[in-house]
Amino acid sequence: MTTFLGMPLVRSRAVVARSDGAVYAPRGVGHLRGDESFPAAAHTALANDQLRRNLRHATTTIRGKSGRVIAELPDWQELRSAGSALKAYTMAHLPDLLEQLESKVTAAGGVVHWAADANEANQIVTDLVRATGERRVIKVKSMATQEIGLNEALEEAGIAPVETDLAELIVQLGHDKPSHILVPAIHRNRAEIREIFLREMPGVDPALTDDPPVLAAAARRYLRETFLTTKVAVSGANFGIAETGTLAVVESEGNGRMCLTLPETLITVMGIEKLVPTWQDLEVFLQLLPRASTGERMNPYTSMWTGVTPGDGPQHVHLVLIDNGRTAVLADEVGRQALHCIRCSACLNVCPVYERTGGHAYGSVYPGPIGAILSPQLTGIEDNASLPYASSLCGACFDACPVKIDIPSILVHLRNQVRHPRSEATAMKAAAYTMNHPKLYARAQRAAKLARIAGRRGRGLPPPLNGWSASRDLPQPPDETFRDWWRGR
Amino acid sequence: MRIALFVTCLADTMFPAAAKATVHLLERLGHEVVFPDDQTCCGQMHINTGYQKDALPLVRRHVQVFEPYDVVVAPSGSCVGSVRHQHAMVAAGDPALATRAAAVASRTYELSELLVDVLGVEDVGASYPHRVTYHPTCHSLRVLRVGDKPVRLLRQVRGLDLVELPAAEQCCGFGGTFAVKNADTSSAMLADKIAHVLETGAEVCTAGDSSCLMHIGGGLSRQQTGVRTVHLAEILASTEASQ
Repeated sequence: MTTFLGMPLVRSRAVVARSDGAVYAPRGVGHLRGDESFPAAAHTALANDQLRRNLRHATTTIRGKSGRVIAELPDWQELRSAGSALKAYTMAHLPDLLEQLESKVTAAGGVVHWAADANEANQIVTDLVRATGERRVIKVKSMATQEIGLNEALEEAGIAPVETDLAELIVQLGHDKPSHILVPAIHRNRAEIREIFLREMPGVDPALTDDPPVLAAAARRYLRETFLTTKVAVSGANFGIAETGTLAVVESEGNGRMCLTLPETLITVMGIEKLVPTWQDLEVFLQLLPRASTGERMNPYTSMWTGVTPGDGPQHVHLVLIDNGRTAVLADEVGRQALHCIRCSACLNVCPVYERTGGHAYGSVYPGPIGAILSPQLTGIEDNASLPYASSLCGACFDACPVKIDIPSILVHLRNQVRHPRSEATAMKAAAYTMNHPKLYARAQRAAKLARIAGRRGRGLPPPLNGWSASRDLPQPPDETFRDWWRGR
Repeated sequence: MRIALFVTCLADTMFPAAAKATVHLLERLGHEVVFPDDQTCCGQMHINTGYQKDALPLVRRHVQVFEPYDVVVAPSGSCVGSVRHQHAMVAAGDPALATRAAAVASRTYELSELLVDVLGVEDVGASYPHRVTYHPTCHSLRVLRVGDKPVRLLRQVRGLDLVELPAAEQCCGFGGTFAVKNADTSSAMLADKIAHVLETGAEVCTAGDSSCLMHIGGGLSRQQTGVRTVHLAEILASTEASQ
């Protein structure tokens, strides 16, 4: 049985359902799938000592800062519960809230577009930019546009997208991929950033040093000129308020404010799950988000706009609402919590796996624990089958999540949907059978002891168990099992 | 009190010393320990690896075996975590079993919980003259929320020099089949955990889970550090005299 909860419009004929009846984010477009499995990509990443040093330093710093400002709030747990409840309410009433948002945005002079998937969204945005006659757009950092591969689609159409968030600019100039939701260039240090600027930034001072204020000033000079001469901007949205039709972007550098106010045309791409029912609900999320994400008490630049304001700001305002697999996520009663995510990246910063491998190993624009549950659900599990296993289930992400997404439980839930390797499935079935027959089980325990004596330092272990013996000895086998000892007491 | 021992398949097969110590400790405190010998495995490995259907008979067995007892104890935060947070979920298709599983779960305790919360004891009369560091395993810490109970028990042990483990709350990298499926990442996490253990200068690293200790101990042994891993139950059962 399939549940249809998301997009209120009829799907276009170009969108194809997979064999299980669900419509996932399409293949061949966007950035939700890696080229290799997580263990293979992690193997490469782990060999990069510079990357591990950069990541350890950055995540440790953010963890400390965030932990200190969270500790200041006596009602943090209540805020988390409120955020969780608001998101659960939103998901339960999504079709109505989306239609409410559409009518409010339209009434305020904006134009709402519905995109069933990445291809439709890219086409809509490309057509809108083409209609303006412009060949360049400025962009506010946006996960949704990265998810759908909008920059590539614009470039193919001869339109140059310019990322204006400093870290996104570093990633774009470096022909690189973001590796963190909030700090996309977390894998780069300042020496590497200086090299990228020297090589790629138009008009850069050749005497550039790697002093952070000097690097920031170089980016500012380059970006300011771009802000003042570009007539179209593309943004994402952190929140869309159904009650008023207001969209909100929160950012730290002021580049967003420039993009959202200076151009003549503003096109916003937003996932359908980013809704909140009422204006007042922002009270909760604007407390949760900065403390959980950047470790700030209050977000530096919070821009909100409701359609068009005559004579002030962009006079042509578009909102592109994208599904791209979200309706399939909503249909899963356990997994749908992943749509509660407010993209704070607290789960990345506390994750011991992310801290070692970095974001690229996850193969998706959504890395870390949230990526491990979101990407496979958006693409269909077979396209990201290794991601639900990219976790030791330590639970640090669940504790850190400002909207209480139970990531470990969803990981376990998704593991249950993965098509298992046949040899593993056979072994697991045999183990379960043995463990359900105490006499067989006791015999297997004794047999296991002999096998262990044969391969004590693990050298005799066959794949995949040789993964254990690469860095760990097996314990000395005991003389007798506990149950044998108990019987002889 | 009559206490049923849920030995866990790992302690039964590989680390009987932790299970024997649990028996000796509880008997020394004046309690009766029983061992229902139809028990095998709680099914956590199957559940966490994506084989919930195969785990269902193991959950049913666990419930049947431990249903008659008022109090059940295991020397493992992880296995108790599975009983408490996963069994009813696995049995969801059989509401009667799910209810029984929830009832058994509510009477099942990790060792430090049993000692501090149920039996109300922190000084168990142990003596262990060694420099020890404690690794709070993830499932004890974040699933069961045992908090500082194990540390409170360790502080009362005669002769024990407890040294704080830096970045103690970070996962050691075991994670069940994660240690094999993502062996490289698991080993990278272990390398950092071992570096922190060595920083403490401890002779012994202890924890409430044999699984994490098998992983940490396997690394300490491979690197020939000379640091031993010893289960919390063994320290609390010890009456080793001071030198």
